[in-house]
Amino acid sequence: MSFPWANQYKPQNPFMQWLDSRLPLPRLVYNSVGAGYPVPRNINYWWNFGALAGVALVVQIITGIVLAMHFGGNTLVAFDSVEHIMRDVNYGWLMRYAHANGASFFFIVVYIHIFRGLYYGSYKAPRELVWMLGVVILLLMMATGFMGYVLPWGQMSFWGATVITNLFSAIPLVGDSIVTLLLGGFAVDNATLNRFFSLHYLLPFVIAGVVILKIWSLHIPGSNNPTGIDVKGPADTLPFHPYFTAKDLFGLAIYLLIFCAFVFFLPNFLGHPDNYIPANPLSTPAHIVPEWYFWPFYAILRAFTVDFILPAKLWGVLAMFSSILLLFFLPWLDSSPVKSNRYRPLAKQFFWLLMVDLAILGWVGGLPAEEPYVRISQIASIYYFAHFLIILPIVSRIERPLPLPNSIAESVLGNDVNQAPAPAAQPAE
Amino acid sequence: MVRFISIAAGAVFVFVLLIAALAPREASEVDPTYAFHKHPKHDVHWSWDGALGGVFGEFDRAQLQRGFQVYKEVCSACHSLNRIAFRNLEDIGFSEAEVKAIAKNWVTEVPSLDPNTGEATTRPAIPSDKMPLVYANDIAGRAANNNALPPDLSLITKARHDGTNYVYSLMTGYADVPADYPEGRAPGEGLHYNPYFASLGIAMAPPLSDGIVTYAEGQPEATVDQMGQDVAAFLTWAAEPKLEERKRIGLGVMVFLAIFSVLAFLSYRKVWAGIKH
Repeated sequence: MSFPWANQYKPQNPFMQWLDSRLPLPRLVYNSVGAGYPVPRNINYWWNFGALAGVALVVQIITGIVLAMHFGGNTLVAFDSVEHIMRDVNYGWLMRYAHANGASFFFIVVYIHIFRGLYYGSYKAPRELVWMLGVVILLLMMATGFMGYVLPWGQMSFWGATVITNLFSAIPLVGDSIVTLLLGGFAVDNATLNRFFSLHYLLPFVIAGVVILKIWSLHIPGSNNPTGIDVKGPADTLPFHPYFTAKDLFGLAIYLLIFCAFVFFLPNFLGHPDNYIPANPLSTPAHIVPEWYFWPFYAILRAFTVDFILPAKLWGVLAMFSSILLLFFLPWLDSSPVKSNRYRPLAKQFFWLLMVDLAILGWVGGLPAEEPYVRISQIASIYYFAHFLIILPIVSRIERPLPLPNSIAESVLGNDVNQAPAPAAQPAE
Repeated sequence: MVRFISIAAGAVFVFVLLIAALAPREASEVDPTYAFHKHPKHDVHWSWDGALGGVFGEFDRAQLQRGFQVYKEVCSACHSLNRIAFRNLEDIGFSEAEVKAIAKNWVTEVPSLDPNTGEATTRPAIPSDKMPLVYANDIAGRAANNNALPPDLSLITKARHDGTNYVYSLMTGYADVPADYPEGRAPGEGLHYNPYFASLGIAMAPPLSDGIVTYAEGQPEATVDQMGQDVAAFLTWAAEPKLEERKRIGLGVMVFLAIFSVLAFLSYRKVWAGIKH
């Protein structure tokens, strides 16, 4: 699809020829994730996480559909139906633990995927839309994850929903109306649970749709690579199949090993014990915390403690949403012509600072809003915004990048590029 | 242009956060009772926490049955176990006939309807019934217990941090109020000092005392410590009855995935043999 030297789909089987001339679905697969997609030969294991995210989404959808067969989306039975799944449904415990831990692992994989994109400049031209569609997926995932956490109707479900939906009341004029619309009433109740269940079932399929758009958009320029330089010729690439299917399969096996270790041996490690207490509107938990994958953003939300022109709560809400929405502008904030941080000595250091900063934000986000954690979250939030909105635009101006290799092939093969056999040849099948 | 707007927006956020970070704040008063709170003890080695960080190890059926005896003879006076059906007790080693007898002789009957008049009535439990609630509703539960509702215990070990150790510590942790305990903060009337309980003052009177139940011949002596362990083990099973099945299947899954990983690695190496990357 993307490069003139890409392998062409040539069906041998008469049925496949017949099908290809009427509905070229096998051709689409061949060109998307088969031998017809040339991939830079030098991509490393950090490029495995896109495929892993796809697998994680499929695991969530399959386990989720099975769970929905046994779940009751009503406040009277929701908690009981989850325990019914855990105790009486055949392998129900497996479906639920896989789904609950699957959400965490989906976020782990997607966060690593995003960090990879940040480090190697995958958001830059010509892949801006690939990046922006990814941010859309992240937002959809957050909405889906949040609403999914409400469904078991435990204490954290109920109070998490109360806290998060109440954030919207900070919006001037229309805030309260928005909250009522979100909740389907004036408090978190059956209408809330019902609509969250409906949307929680819908959004994963929206995500799947955006994933298709994202892959489509990705296949125009093709994948980025650790050098960040463009593909120039056949020596730079290898066909996706069998080279990267084989590599991704190994990565997938390792991923599944870690995932299953949690599902089977530490199934509640990432959860909160309070969610095994049925929701009780009359009893507020001592510390209300969202799921761990929201902690950095929760820390930013709570870092705004001073009214300055606007109320502190509104600042917090604005900042929390801005912290993700600013990613949409990243392709234009970072104007350096060099993509990969391998050749950007200054930007690389700030990247690692950002990683440390996010770890700190995640850490304080899960703790109670007490000193010294509040002050730590304020300092960490300052760096977060400064990094993207101030430092990156300036660094990309003043930085002197290291010399880039002439081509991907040269960076891999050294000077014997010309002796290298054309690797795009189809291996024996 | 985008860059100027972004730097301006960034400056605004940084400025507001700086004000917040630099704003002086009153040192929050530390609750003087906080230092008396204890984390659950880790003295007991639970039978299902076997080798490899709990990958191996099963419930001790005799212990679960002792724990059930403690629950039945002590806890069930106030605490329900409503997510467990009597038939589930076959999982911990009771025979079908024993389960039938346990259900039939349970201290509370289960709600029912009179087949002739349709009036609400009760009948003896059968194995497929869930263990009945102790109180008709929460108000009745509070009224009978100094306004403290005894929680259902079906999920208690999963609904508390470090739940199994928590239950054991709570059962065995009752103590006199320490001499240096802050004045005026001692547990109020009807409350009992227990450093493992979140508020340090628990409405439940010490439920266990040595010999309060009589274990069968050949079982350990029914000390408070032994009963605390047994009932914590039983409630762990009640909260996670599929624990053994989960770990058994998990072990098979891990072995399968380990072999799969090796094969996947070998095919990756074979496909990439001779390819520089």
